[in-house]
Amino acid sequence: MKEEAGVDQPQTLPSGPSAFIPIEEILDEGAAQEVMSEALLSEGRVDHINTMMGLHPTYQTCFQRTHNALLQLDGPLPLSWRHFIIILASARHQCSYLVQHHSSAFLLAGGDESWLRGLHCAPPKIQRLQTLNKLLAHRPWIITQEHIQELVCPGAEARWSLAELIQAIVLMSHAHSLASFVWGCGVLPEPEQSGDESLQMCSPTESCCARDKARNQQEWSEAVNEVKLLMEKMMIVQQQGEEFTQEEMVTRFERERTESLLEPADVQRSVLPDCFSRFVVDADFTYQDFSPRGVQAPPTMRAQDYSWEDHGFSLMNRLYGEMAQLLDEKFQVVCALTYNTMAMHSHVDTSTLRKAIWNYIHCIYGIRYDDYNYGEVNQLLERSLKVYVKTVACHPEKTTPRMYFSFWRQFRHSEKVHVNLLLMEARLQAALLYALRAITRYMT
Amino acid sequence: MEKMTRVSTVSGHTMFCHLDAPANAISVCRDATQVVVAGRNIFKIYGLEEDGFTERLNLRVGRKPSLNFSCADVMWHQMEENLLATAATNGAVVTWNLARSCRNKQEQLFTEHKRTVNKVCFHPTEVYMLLSGSQDGFMKCFDLRKKESVSTFSGQSESVRDVQFSIKDYFTFAASFENGNVQLWDIRRPDRYERMFTAHTGPVFCCDWHPEDRGWLATGGRDKMVKVWDMSTNRVKEIYCVQTIASVARVKWRPERRYHLATCSMMVDHNIYVWDVRRPFIPFATFEEHKDVTTGIVWRHQHDPYYLLSGSKDSTLYQHMFKDASRPVDRANPEGLCFGLFGDLAFAAKESLMSGPSSAGDVGRKTYPGGDRRYPIFFFKKPDVREQFAQVSSALSVFESEAGSSVGMDWFINTAQSYLLSGKPFAELCEHNAQVAKRLNRPQESTTWTMLRIMFSEPANPSLSSNHNLNKSGNLPLVNSFSMKEMSAALNERNKENRQDNLHSLETNLNNNDENEETEGSEGQAEYLFGDAELDDDDLYSMEHDNHAAEEPEYLLPQEAFPLRHEIMDHPSAPEPVQERPESPHVSGSETENTCLTSTESFSLISVSQLLFSPHLPPKFFCPIVKEMLCFYAEQGDVQMAVSVLIVLGDRIRKEIDELTQEHWYMSYIDLLQRFELWNVSNEVIKLSTCGPIMCLNQTSTTLHINCSNCKRPMSNKGWICDRCHQCASVCAVCHHVVKGLFVWCQGCSHGGHLEHVMEWLKQSKHCPAGCGHLCEYT
Repeated sequence: MKEEAGVDQPQTLPSGPSAFIPIEEILDEGAAQEVMSEALLSEGRVDHINTMMGLHPTYQTCFQRTHNALLQLDGPLPLSWRHFIIILASARHQCSYLVQHHSSAFLLAGGDESWLRGLHCAPPKIQRLQTLNKLLAHRPWIITQEHIQELVCPGAEARWSLAELIQAIVLMSHAHSLASFVWGCGVLPEPEQSGDESLQMCSPTESCCARDKARNQQEWSEAVNEVKLLMEKMMIVQQQGEEFTQEEMVTRFERERTESLLEPADVQRSVLPDCFSRFVVDADFTYQDFSPRGVQAPPTMRAQDYSWEDHGFSLMNRLYGEMAQLLDEKFQVVCALTYNTMAMHSHVDTSTLRKAIWNYIHCIYGIRYDDYNYGEVNQLLERSLKVYVKTVACHPEKTTPRMYFSFWRQFRHSEKVHVNLLLMEARLQAALLYALRAITRYMT
Repeated sequence: MEKMTRVSTVSGHTMFCHLDAPANAISVCRDATQVVVAGRNIFKIYGLEEDGFTERLNLRVGRKPSLNFSCADVMWHQMEENLLATAATNGAVVTWNLARSCRNKQEQLFTEHKRTVNKVCFHPTEVYMLLSGSQDGFMKCFDLRKKESVSTFSGQSESVRDVQFSIKDYFTFAASFENGNVQLWDIRRPDRYERMFTAHTGPVFCCDWHPEDRGWLATGGRDKMVKVWDMSTNRVKEIYCVQTIASVARVKWRPERRYHLATCSMMVDHNIYVWDVRRPFIPFATFEEHKDVTTGIVWRHQHDPYYLLSGSKDSTLYQHMFKDASRPVDRANPEGLCFGLFGDLAFAAKESLMSGPSSAGDVGRKTYPGGDRRYPIFFFKKPDVREQFAQVSSALSVFESEAGSSVGMDWFINTAQSYLLSGKPFAELCEHNAQVAKRLNRPQESTTWTMLRIMFSEPANPSLSSNHNLNKSGNLPLVNSFSMKEMSAALNERNKENRQDNLHSLETNLNNNDENEETEGSEGQAEYLFGDAELDDDDLYSMEHDNHAAEEPEYLLPQEAFPLRHEIMDHPSAPEPVQERPESPHVSGSETENTCLTSTESFSLISVSQLLFSPHLPPKFFCPIVKEMLCFYAEQGDVQMAVSVLIVLGDRIRKEIDELTQEHWYMSYIDLLQRFELWNVSNEVIKLSTCGPIMCLNQTSTTLHINCSNCKRPMSNKGWICDRCHQCASVCAVCHHVVKGLFVWCQGCSHGGHLEHVMEWLKQSKHCPAGCGHLCEYT
């Protein structure tokens, strides 16, 4: 795949909340005036993330509630710490939007300005989070009870209490997944955020021509056919009752998980900009497929053995009750979210498609559902979509406008945002599950 | 009779065996001789024998067993002893026939469910009827003679967590759901449920019909509750509720014990509890053997209440004997003790202890002479013969502190209100606080403040009072003419005694104030002493003794104190008036540091302070002492003093004391202040504190819940526009203008307005200015 992301091109600042989606479209589709007005009243303005999520008002309210509870309401960690943890977490995904936004929030909450000079200036207690932050961001399956013990064990210096730790974990995974959203939707910096040239996500010109390309007449008709094909496949998947041997299922699962071709070409800047590097330790640590047959490979996590509904919630409820409720609600909302539409068709049951996306992301993170046929993922998710999903979920900073425009060319932008929501929540849940499992093991 | 004999055949003891893998569920066959264990990687039958479990059969055959062997649930048929059913995580329902001759006992395979099957259940009396409940929200009923399900029940909901046939009603089964609902179905009517009710918030993980009581159903949920429902009435009624400490994974009624049920939890807690539903606060019995979460529990025999089998994620299978269970009741402590805000003490204990002529009661009364002893209301439970709980009734007594000392905490309130913590120069603050303490008869604190002022004041700006003292002392035939050494030795002896005394008095009085009263008398004496040196030594000592209590922190530094004194003594060259003006710089230059440390001299030092503390002596030097002093106050329970000094000294001392301790003091003080409803003071303290966590206190819980004054419903919106009636909610009820600034409103009727307007209005009228008829109160 040839990348031509014109990162360093001189450019005018694109207006609107997203580099991918024209503002008119957001306003057209955003029937969420009511939700917006609430955000407007409380914040005095609607930030870009909210504008984007406003395309899905039911989710947006829910998200906002969690976000506020996490950052503003009572909790074991001081307010300024919470923002700082978000900064640390989003820096791992080089998300300047979140880093800048929360840097100012951090100062507003009375944080010590010197901390912003880098991780080394923060108290040791926060510094000790960085291993966990790294793992949560890129390879949560490696998290073991030792990692938890290291932080919580009474002998340790600058000890974390379980309640604090769980909040920190939620904050970090929240920030990681939010970073995925920001990159995945091409959310642009807020107007008042300094337009650091090197931080621009992509040039509007490029995104424009990519978009124009998508509108190209011939491709358009092609795209229409694609939708039809996809719908047919969905019907088949829904009806078929084929049986497989366990081996076949495992193979399918492994195949989905390790399709290494889907790795995006490395477009990463060789040197991490200073604004991130000061918050990041061991920047080379990134997502990596674990070799499934390797000796040291951690076993796949079976969804039936540790699920959010049964185990994750119960543990979280014990340690951080309100958050457990809010997250549970958020997961439910996002899983149930549908308008029964697909591109130009309406009254479509999209559950199989949504399930496929959700399970695909969990699959990338090594979580396996015994009762799911991973062949469906292969049938329903086209290659370009998989590339996009995997990139946004695992290497959000490598997302390019090209990826965004090349999948589901005929679908509405709001539907693509919907994919991002699924992506974000599935990723959050996966990371949380691994972290909570480690805590459970630590506690037993 | 038959029942009896059958029960007697089973015997045994608490025993266990290791499984190769974590178990997900267990089930026992009808005659209680065999148990089947099923899990992701295990499917075995164990025989139950006198001295242990023996592996009878491994049903997991084949080199690469399919996912059909990965069981979420298993059930042994209660009529047909060769028939088993399992629910597989991949959505298959499998039946097994042990009578088959080949190694693979699998009989039938139903793959109708799309997602994990959570539960299978055989009909209690019908041989061929099997019910399954799955994550896909469907329940299916199978006739084992046919290849397919005979009926499908749709719960119209995400997932079914448990299905149970009613034991008494042939056609009824109950199903519990992830969304908190429980549905009752008639097996003949697959089109819709008979009844539905919401049993829990969050998933209902399990349910169990009472083996005898037709209408009773127990449910357990993620909300950590076990509820017992009575279905026999028209409206489903919750009759018992047990609150456990973790989400409830399984619940099983105990055979032959009408009110008992066993539970195990999904996470975190590994024990199995047996509850008497009538005593929901403490488990009747606990089995604590497992090291990881218990996943399956089953009573060994349906008429035998003494044996419980359990499987767990820790890969063990246990048989628990009831007689080996631990009984939390026996360990429970039925005594309780609590202090009231004003020094009252409430004490609850077993009645036998209280009423008997035992010494305990007497001691209690002696300790608080004059204390009023009352018996408030008791709640007696009628003893139930069938209940196996030990009857404990407790008596509650309240010892009120003496009328005199009930003023006990007044000093605290007064001090809190009168102390100045900021807003003036340091010296003035100290001076003010010293005066306050003095006025409240707390010479010890008063002195401490004065000392602090002297220690930390800028030498260049001596306060008036110190001059005053100085003059006084100038006239004195100097006190220090007597032998310092002797005195200090004597003092130290006395110290020890005194400390003991103090401790003693603390113990017995339980009231700080008493201690203060003790020292009270000495104050006058002390001044007197300094005014007049002709007092004889005895008096002097007695004064020092009393004062010593006040100065204890300084005394607590023996290592420093002793050598210092010697050095003082080594100043023979100093003429008698050592502390005369011209000499003092010299003294301070060389040895002042020491001098000031000797607490014996505190008073004399005060009198000449100005000279002694010449610029040569950095205030920093005192920090260790001050730190010790603060710790001493805090230890003594006078956290008020510690915090006040901390705030007033500010940067001068803050770095000396570690953050956690500071935070602890602040928290305690703020807590105390809030208990006495001294909100303003507590707020001031929070504001003045320099600890991060404390400063945050004012930033949390800042939400104010208000009602719209028009529609009386809660305002969910931010801002002042009600989102229901779209009216501005902050209109003054008196002048009908929008209020900007201070807004006061009645919590009863939600009407309010400008503070002044409402105040004025309510002076004249008792009713709400809005005319709603509410009797508003303004306090």
